[in-house]
Amino acid sequence: MSTSLRNSPGARVGLSIAVATGLYGVSFGALSVSSGLDVLQTCVLSLLLFSGGSQFAFIGVIAGGGNPIAAAGASALLGIRNAVYGMQLNALLQPRGWRRFVSAQFTVDESFATSTGQTDTIEQKRGFWIAGVGIFLLWNLFTLLGALAGSAVGDPKNWGLDGAAVAAFLALLWPRLTSREAGAIAIVCAVATVIAVPFVPPGIPILVAAVVAAAIGWFGYRQQRAEQREVPE
Amino acid sequence: MTLWIWIIVASIVAFLTKLVGYLVPRRLLKNPRILRIAGTLTIGLLAALTAANTFSSGQHLVADARIGSLVVAATALLFRAPFIVVVILGALSAAGLRLLGFA
Repeated sequence: MSTSLRNSPGARVGLSIAVATGLYGVSFGALSVSSGLDVLQTCVLSLLLFSGGSQFAFIGVIAGGGNPIAAAGASALLGIRNAVYGMQLNALLQPRGWRRFVSAQFTVDESFATSTGQTDTIEQKRGFWIAGVGIFLLWNLFTLLGALAGSAVGDPKNWGLDGAAVAAFLALLWPRLTSREAGAIAIVCAVATVIAVPFVPPGIPILVAAVVAAAIGWFGYRQQRAEQREVPE
Repeated sequence: MTLWIWIIVASIVAFLTKLVGYLVPRRLLKNPRILRIAGTLTIGLLAALTAANTFSSGQHLVADARIGSLVVAATALLFRAPFIVVVILGALSAAGLRLLGFA
């Protein structure tokens, strides 16, 4: 049964995430210009590259005096997790034809998280599109504003937007913690992420956790099968 | 000019990376073992995003106002608060703790 868009949990979650994340574009815009990119280059990164972590990595390397090849390399490394999201969303939303190409552009941390946080197929779709497109529009608008205003806009941390992101990701994880096993997977992956942070570039700890989670799934599946075989019919 | 070239290269690489997952044949994703992995992967990725957003700043581990957001959000979720309320409380607690002088 599908609810109207007004009462849709996917739409509601998508919109609030879009606002919290989109506003952060202001800090990207301001930082990018102060790293030495011009306003147009800054806006092109948000329009075409459109992946927060990769964008910050790109301008971070440039700001540190690195060359643009290294910047593109860092950006590519941080984007690898999007391939994992794409595979999950492919199975979940099953887009066909040209929709795969459009879905790909809107695949980011938040649209993935919003979509997988929903239980109904229609809500998963609404969540993905509203979060993805909503963030895209606001992120680009606020990138432009930040680039034009420069450092005058202040730090979005003072508005607590980073705290909003923490709360949003936890709220999306929460409904999945229905079994002891799910709780254990979450804790193991969170710990793996934290341990990896000092040793690898930002964004990669998420991939480390993905490998750990996939290993649990792979070996847990074998164990589950073995248990099923032991139970007499 | 070289900067422009690498901006475009980075953008193309980013798009192709995102696209790869969508081009994996879907019957492969219907395999029961892959389905099981998809389930553990989703939980693991959401937990990782929560942890990374709470404790990391670049390549450094930090304990700052975001931990307050995590605790307040978890408490609100225990009391079955709606999503938007949890997010707003997360923002308010980080902003509030910073006003009080916590990094």
